[in-house]
Amino acid sequence: MAAVTPEHVDHHHDHHGPTGLMRWITTTNHKDIGTMYLIFSFVMFLAGGVMALTIRAELFQPGLQVVAPEFFNQLTTLHGLVMVFGAIMPAFVGFANWQIPLMIGASDMAFARMNNWSFWLLPPAALLLIGSFFVPGGATAAGWTLYPPLSIQMGMGMDMAIFAVHIMGISSIMGAINIVVTVLNMRAPGMNMMKLPLFAWTWLITAYLLIAVMPVLAGAVTMLLTDRHFGTSFFSAVGGGDPVLYQHIFWFFGHPEVYIMILPAFGIVSAIIPTFARKPLFGYASMVYATASIAILSFMVWAHHMFTTGMPTVGQLYFMYVTMLIAVPTGVKVFNWIATMWRGSMTFETPMLWSVGFIFVFTMGGFTGLICAIAPVDIQIHDTYYIVAHFHYVLVAGSLFALFAGAYYWLPKWTGRMPDERIGKVHFWASLIFFNITFFPMHFLGLAGMPRRVPDYALQFADFNMMASVGAFGFGLSQLIFLWVVIKAASGGGEKAGARAWESAEGLEWTVPSPAPHHTFEEPPVVK
Amino acid sequence: MSHALDKYFIPEPSKFPIFGSVALLLFGTGAVGWLNKISAGPVLFFLGLALLIYMMFGWFGTVVRESESGKYNKQVDRSFRWSMGWFIFSEVMFFAAFFGALFYARVLSVPWLGSGETEAQIWQGFEAAWPTDGPNPHADGFTPMGAWGIPALNTLILLTSGVTLTWAHHGLLKNNRGQLKTGLLLTILLGAIFMGFQIYEYIHAHADLNLRMSSGIYGSTFYLLTGFHGLHVTIGAIMLLVMYFRSRAGHFTPESHFAFEAAAWYWHFVDVVWLGLFVVVYWL
Amino acid sequence: MSLSGRLAVPGLLTLVAASEASAQARYNLQEPVTSVASQIYDLHTLMMLICLVIFIAVFGVMFWSIYAHRKSKGATAAHFHENTMVEVLWTVIPVFILVGMAWPATKTIIDMRDSTESDITIKATGYQWKWGYDYVVGEGEGISFVSTLSTPRDQIENREAKGRDYLLEVDNPMVVPVGKKVRMLLAANDVIHAWWVPALGIKQDAVPGFIRDAWFRADKEGVYRGVCAELCGRDHAYMPIVVHVVSERAYADWVAAQQATTVADAGAAAGEQTATDASASDAAPAEEADASPEALAARGEKVYAANCVACHQAGGTGMPPAFPPLAGADVVTGDAGALLDVLLKGRPGTAMASFAHLSDADLAGLATHLRTSWGNSADAVAPEDVAARRGN
Ligand code: HEA
Ligand code: HEA
Ligand code: CUA
Ligand SMILES: [Cu+2]
Repeated sequence: MAAVTPEHVDHHHDHHGPTGLMRWITTTNHKDIGTMYLIFSFVMFLAGGVMALTIRAELFQPGLQVVAPEFFNQLTTLHGLVMVFGAIMPAFVGFANWQIPLMIGASDMAFARMNNWSFWLLPPAALLLIGSFFVPGGATAAGWTLYPPLSIQMGMGMDMAIFAVHIMGISSIMGAINIVVTVLNMRAPGMNMMKLPLFAWTWLITAYLLIAVMPVLAGAVTMLLTDRHFGTSFFSAVGGGDPVLYQHIFWFFGHPEVYIMILPAFGIVSAIIPTFARKPLFGYASMVYATASIAILSFMVWAHHMFTTGMPTVGQLYFMYVTMLIAVPTGVKVFNWIATMWRGSMTFETPMLWSVGFIFVFTMGGFTGLICAIAPVDIQIHDTYYIVAHFHYVLVAGSLFALFAGAYYWLPKWTGRMPDERIGKVHFWASLIFFNITFFPMHFLGLAGMPRRVPDYALQFADFNMMASVGAFGFGLSQLIFLWVVIKAASGGGEKAGARAWESAEGLEWTVPSPAPHHTFEEPPVVK
Repeated sequence: MSHALDKYFIPEPSKFPIFGSVALLLFGTGAVGWLNKISAGPVLFFLGLALLIYMMFGWFGTVVRESESGKYNKQVDRSFRWSMGWFIFSEVMFFAAFFGALFYARVLSVPWLGSGETEAQIWQGFEAAWPTDGPNPHADGFTPMGAWGIPALNTLILLTSGVTLTWAHHGLLKNNRGQLKTGLLLTILLGAIFMGFQIYEYIHAHADLNLRMSSGIYGSTFYLLTGFHGLHVTIGAIMLLVMYFRSRAGHFTPESHFAFEAAAWYWHFVDVVWLGLFVVVYWL
Repeated sequence: MSLSGRLAVPGLLTLVAASEASAQARYNLQEPVTSVASQIYDLHTLMMLICLVIFIAVFGVMFWSIYAHRKSKGATAAHFHENTMVEVLWTVIPVFILVGMAWPATKTIIDMRDSTESDITIKATGYQWKWGYDYVVGEGEGISFVSTLSTPRDQIENREAKGRDYLLEVDNPMVVPVGKKVRMLLAANDVIHAWWVPALGIKQDAVPGFIRDAWFRADKEGVYRGVCAELCGRDHAYMPIVVHVVSERAYADWVAAQQATTVADAGAAAGEQTATDASASDAAPAEEADASPEALAARGEKVYAANCVACHQAGGTGMPPAFPPLAGADVVTGDAGALLDVLLKGRPGTAMASFAHLSDADLAGLATHLRTSWGNSADAVAPEDVAARRGN
């Protein structure tokens, strides 16, 4: 194509190419792309959050006040989809884009052009998802799990969700392949696998999970599409299919998916704790093995989401046992972090606060997960607010808190300014407190019998719901503090950061100036 | 140029990805519209498709030019290898979902439908046997596709195409361009014959066997598995066709020809999927 | 269940209400009344305690080091970063703890899945959005009724104070005898629902096209309330389950009353002026048997209020585009056969479900009501028309 020739001429003088909006649209730079991922995911977080707040507003009191039941279900569904596929996953990919090349001493991602496409597929997918609210019949209201036959009944919003999932799947698979190849093939000389920062390790393993399960999700929604429009009967007993088949396929994706959203979080926390404990990470090798074990086990436990579907007894037993086993490698990680802090010389800057908060609150979510894994107990709590509590403990206090930890930690590298410590701490404490006000009472609600995905509930659940709703608004508002911190640092406010922004931070990313120049490690560094 | 080789190749900013994104947006919206009988649907759908094809031509063309002008070093080559391998793995997982559905239906759900309370209360008299279009009382029946006619022949054709492709690869390694081109042509030809037979078989299934996508779970799994396989054969054949034209244009050397190998890997993958299909869809 | 049936039981129900074990649990699982439910209750308590102990131990260590190993307190960092011994220990010990947790859970699972040797078998069918009950085997065999939320719309829409059992009350509760092993067969008509009564320790998905089973043996008389626990569409929050566990005697009475009204109902449906059984004698049967268009329309109005009003609205205005209006609609006022087809089969691919589970009389009433209300003026539909239409 002739169009590349003019840029080609001044190749050595100007690496930047197009300017303005075109720069962002056409960029092949991992830092630009990482930034776009992070901004996109935060916007999606706000969108999903607004839906959550509408849900909480409706649930503030029994009775129907704010939204109609049908719309409520749309909100729940889209809240789940937007948070999972729009906020948390892209945020981690944003971190991967920014940090992995810097951490392993690579000049960029292995496939820079494809990297751009991975990102730019997300806005179309988001348009399809959010746009589905505005088509006749509204967005799909079958829950983020899109179970048939309910999802077969939905209107065209469901088809939009299906295509959005396809597009996000393509994006994730390309992103994952890019990360795998970057980690395996782009490391600086001397950076052998057992010297790899844990963040790169956890992402490598996460990327394998993505490559393995996103196509399965694509298959599942494709079958939904053909059942809806082309007369197939995968999920219809009349034709010899089975609605539960969908659940098996979905959760074969879905369970690894939840680890996709937590393993990189483990990586971030494993980078931060040693820095502020001023002590090397305890049990590096066992961390790697534990991560790999979690990933492998995650393929073998999917039907713990289906204990009430009436699967054969041996199935229930098998899935219960294997699910419980996941506590072992996860425990190893928790113990390693604590052993890293043990006899360290600790300080509690904002990233460290978030990390310690993460371990504490995530572990609560892990324990409730374990209680869900006990099949007979799950019979009582399945599809109740206990589950909602469980997964917000691991997703919000797990994934999201780790993302905030990482954002505060690497903000100096991204913007060249230290984050505002005082405001950052307010953000942390407000989030921690409001988070627990919002989600802790949900355990009680679930135990006492409040089902999930309902716009209305019996009177004995009124007080705790009111409490949760108040907490949710507090939590939501607290997130605006973060926006302020980022805008301040990005617009050049606050203390200037040195190359090694944190006193005892280790790793190649801290050897380049802050903010990291547009191109780094064009000559690979040598790691001893 | 020589000094470029000790550096990893990072492309200039590119406009192709955004074309691809817009294309998929149009494609997706168009498909949704089409399925829901909105008149603009098909238009957007084909517009998206056209844009996607344009994007692929442009993008792959650029990659080919970069490769031919010697910008890729050994490390880049390794990247391509890893990525193609994992891409094929992701395709394997896509097919795994459909094979899994077939397995589940045959081994679990169909027997459940024909036994116990489910049979007694809902589907009295339903005999769980494979193939089936389920206990649907309104179904008008179908004849399953036999294994030993065209499908067996097709197996032979695909296996042979694997051999001719390897033969072409040997030609490339020996720098015997004639063998390379003949081998490629033969492979593509066999692929085309395969597809011809598949199309014939579909017509036969519709016209004579009353076998459709709506023929219960057998029809569903049969058409989606063979259909997606056929789609992949088509893509593989197009890849080989590109390789053929590139060979004619003098591309590839015995040392450096990963594009050819990638297409060959893909072709072998499609081959292996077929073997799985032949065994579990047609034969057993 | 017919109106007369509803009136026949209240005496019995007041007895039950006295021993009401209403769900007042607020922090924990509801008080169990079956052996399985109490096993679950104890399992949960045990798991909670184990987790709590581990939690306190683990975070005790963490907070101790946060407190003691702070830089501000002058702590200097040690440099160890491995210790095979502790690493092995903290891998192996959790395994043992988990085995200890899995053991009792396994016993409970095996127990809860054994539905053999039951005394009574009841099939519960999930509809969007109500439950149908059929007594299939044992005392009461043949009884069949539909159970719908009885909380008035006005309470839901905040125009009226909410009652004590808001959203947990139904018109026709399921009734079972105490101390008998009841096997539940779960079926679904349209989408997946889940039949859940916490106090009985049952939650079982009802999957369309399949029959699943579960069982309970209630040890205590009382009223136990549950809800549908699988997202099943718009009114998922509004399809509760109420189970009355009564003495064997009261159960026998209930069965007798039910069977009598079922006979009466069948008679009414056939349009015959049957002499009604004395045990169910009250005002209702006369109305039942009256097949005049006015009576049908009156009956249909109630059916409409119970089944249709949520979507199609009180004035028949619907909520377009999802829920079409019925006032002045061609489907309603046109060919009666076409209207009955929609009622009987639903509209696949839309929220309009099949209402084939309603009796011929109910459907005839409903159709008549639709055709004669809100300015519609088409002719009435007779129960025989419905019966004839069911065939095709
Ligand atoms: C980041 C996401 C994430 C993570 C990490 C987890 C982690 C776990 N989850 Fe969770 N889960 C979800 C996200 C996640 N989950 C979501 C989104 C759903 C609901 C989906 C839906 O229906 O919409 C769900 C639902 C869900 C269910 C289904 C419930 C139901 O619907 O009925 C189950 C059941 O087994 C379960 C189990 C577990 C277990 C055992 C873990 C384990 O990995 C936890 C392991 C951790 C620990 C146990 C703590 C640390 C360990 C120690 C300190 C060691 C010592 C401990 C012991 C020896 C006890 N989860
Ligand atoms: C992946 C991550 C994730 C995250 C981060 C969250 C975050 C939150 N979630 Fe949720 N949630 C899910 C994943 C997640 N969730 C999933 C998967 C489901 C299941 C869906 C299903 O059942 O199908 C679910 C379901 C779910 C339910 C159950 C709904 C139901 O069953 O009907 C509830 C109810 O309270 C809830 C609440 C919340 C709240 C209050 C937050 C809060 O943490 C949100 C806080 C953030 C904000 C509030 C945004 C802040 C912004 C502003 C206040 C300013 C507004 C600004 C502008 C407009 C510019 N979530
Ligand atoms: Cu029926 Cu939820
Ligand atoms: Cu899971």
